[in-house]
Amino acid sequence: MFEIFFPILALAALAAIIAVGLALLSVTLGRRTKEGAKMESYESGMVPTGDTRSRIPIKFYLVAILFILFDIEVVFLYPWALIFRQLGIFGFIEMLTFIVILLVGYFYILGKGALKWD
Amino acid sequence: MDLKLATIDLGLIAPEIIIAAVAMLILLLGNVVRRRTILAYFGLFGLVAALLTALPRWGNPASGFYGMVQADNFAIFFKIIFIIAAGLTILMARRYLISHEIESPEFYALLLFSAVGMMVMAATSDLVVIFLGLEIMSVPLYVMAAFARHDVSSNEAGIKYFIMGAFASGILIYGIALVYGATGTTDLRRILADWGFFEMHSQLFLYSGAILVLIGFGFKVAAVPFHMWVPDVYQGAPTPVTAFFSVAPKAAGFAALLRIFTYGFADMSQLWAILWILAVLTMTVGNILAIFQDNIKRMLAYSSIAHAGYILVALTAGGDGAVSSAAYYLLAYTFFNLGAFAVITLIDTRNSSTAQIDEMQGLSGRHPFLAAVLALFMFALAGFPPTAGFMGKFYIFSEAIKNGYIGLAIIGVMNSFVSVYYYLRVVVVSFFARPNKEFEAVSYTPAIFIVLVITAAGTLILGILPGYWLSLARAGIFQFL
Amino acid sequence: MELIIFYLAAVVAVGGGLMMIMQRNPVASVLYLIVTLVAIAVMFVQLNAVFVGALLIIVYAGAILVLFLFVIMLLNLRGEKFAEKRTRLDRPTRIILAVAFILELLAMFKQVAFPGRMDELMVQASPDFGGARPVAELLYTKYLFPFELTSILLLVAIVGAVVMARRDEKDKKRGI
Repeated sequence: MFEIFFPILALAALAAIIAVGLALLSVTLGRRTKEGAKMESYESGMVPTGDTRSRIPIKFYLVAILFILFDIEVVFLYPWALIFRQLGIFGFIEMLTFIVILLVGYFYILGKGALKWD
Repeated sequence: MDLKLATIDLGLIAPEIIIAAVAMLILLLGNVVRRRTILAYFGLFGLVAALLTALPRWGNPASGFYGMVQADNFAIFFKIIFIIAAGLTILMARRYLISHEIESPEFYALLLFSAVGMMVMAATSDLVVIFLGLEIMSVPLYVMAAFARHDVSSNEAGIKYFIMGAFASGILIYGIALVYGATGTTDLRRILADWGFFEMHSQLFLYSGAILVLIGFGFKVAAVPFHMWVPDVYQGAPTPVTAFFSVAPKAAGFAALLRIFTYGFADMSQLWAILWILAVLTMTVGNILAIFQDNIKRMLAYSSIAHAGYILVALTAGGDGAVSSAAYYLLAYTFFNLGAFAVITLIDTRNSSTAQIDEMQGLSGRHPFLAAVLALFMFALAGFPPTAGFMGKFYIFSEAIKNGYIGLAIIGVMNSFVSVYYYLRVVVVSFFARPNKEFEAVSYTPAIFIVLVITAAGTLILGILPGYWLSLARAGIFQFL
Repeated sequence: MELIIFYLAAVVAVGGGLMMIMQRNPVASVLYLIVTLVAIAVMFVQLNAVFVGALLIIVYAGAILVLFLFVIMLLNLRGEKFAEKRTRLDRPTRIILAVAFILELLAMFKQVAFPGRMDELMVQASPDFGGARPVAELLYTKYLFPFELTSILLLVAIVGAVVMARRDEKDKKRGI
């Protein structure tokens, strides 16, 4: 168990060390000045206007939720791909049904123009 | 490893397949076909086709898909209820949707998908499938509650229903997880068969799980104390949607509850006390709060809570007779409650969330037929003979007495007396109150007229000639394979 | 070593959960929820349920919480205080429910985690139990019917999202 996941653990540890280490380094080595311009949020050199958290149109949300729904569809494909050979034609029809039902959803979205951006 | 592959008998789920396919076609054609009438009647056609494939299965119980599907008489009986409810809703909804400018093909598709979910729920013995069916039923209902997107109260109804429903689903799936943890299976048949082997420690898990399952379904069928969402949702949702809400999901919830609690968990002896309290609370609170309502949709919302209480009486009593009495009552209730809502849909073409009981003044003078059927439905809801409401209640309460729940039956009968007050108020206002102003004329459409005739006929036939239908319901107790 | 990782993950999960509900800022709450989910994924992996652990990270921590952030942005919530309406019965009800829940958990814990009973309750699973392959072998045979039902559920969700979130003619007229 532990042996299998050691690489992942090592990777996680490395990521944590780098993240925390860099933050600590900049805190300890950097000089600290508190001026008005420094406290403003960085906007690629532009003068920031308004609040960061402005309302965004619902279009973004629609795309996001559609992404998740098809993402979940893909989740079902992973395990299926593993035993695809064993399942044979039975598994093929099974997955075909699944995909076709979701394709109906896809064509419905296209027909509705829900992915158009205006 | 060699996998055991199933032999698939699609005939077992033919009604579900037909309805789902029709719903998908409606979705796809909705972008092409401009005439929505065609789509609505196509949906209706799908329901009729499903009904015709479901009926021949009567009397030939079968099981399939590794036991995930149970096509027994109980399932078919409830499938018929769902098909009737969905069909009548399509018929009564069209005019309302058009006059409120919210008609779209998705409405019919969602309605059909919801019916598919209900059918799946009623026709399985596996908790996982029950949960999936519940979700397929609920997700379209959330959307349908908020279907009048430009109406604030409809939005409120959608949000409230969604949040309560999501919580209920969470509680339910937690309960199912505990049951699975205790028994190692989600199959009700195996839970019943292995009952003696469960250790004490798993009994505790099992009871916790069963109670959570009960709470989850309590939300769905609107049992007190899980009823808070009902009045607002019923009031805010578009009226035909409310009509569908008040019968179909309730029947589906009870179908699953009956399977789980009178079959799978039949040996949980201590559970009846909780069910007893739940039944008494649901009946009493529903009826008493209904008295104080002036808005007719809110009144019917509380009334539907009270009726859930009557069916909980049957669930508490348990046994084959009580199960068939609950099934019979749900069928009867589908007719007269949908009928009552059909009348409201017709009268109320203006702002649906503000329909007051007092607005019924002068209805009998202007529309005698409408007033007469409304009175019939109110009598049935109150439980007067010779309507189906009387036979249903009589059957449930006599089953309760037969099984020794005399106190419960007495409380139920007393509750029925209380309910007479608020149901008759509607009748009195529509017949005898002197109108302040002339009642606004409403125009029938043939579709709504058909709905009224079917529901009124159903209410009367089930009440006057109960024998045949009762024997159907009796034959409709589940036979697991 | 495994025990250390388990306790570490448990502490992080509980701590993350607590921080999540104690934050006033909803964005911070979501970030803490991700922390909790990752910790729980670690525990799933330790229980041999590798597939579930991976799903938890891919679907939940990856996708669904991004959606949460979208919603928060959409609603334009800030760290503002929600006006709390409390009735007099509010506080007692909360306390009673909390105590009842703790007692229930304790009762279960006592019965299940009683020393000496632990071994007999632990079922020794095969080493690859919970991997993607065993899950697949069940999902595409025994659970074939529920699997196909999920596709209908996903389809319904797609339709619901489109119906609720799409701009229609009326919106365009009002310039929303």
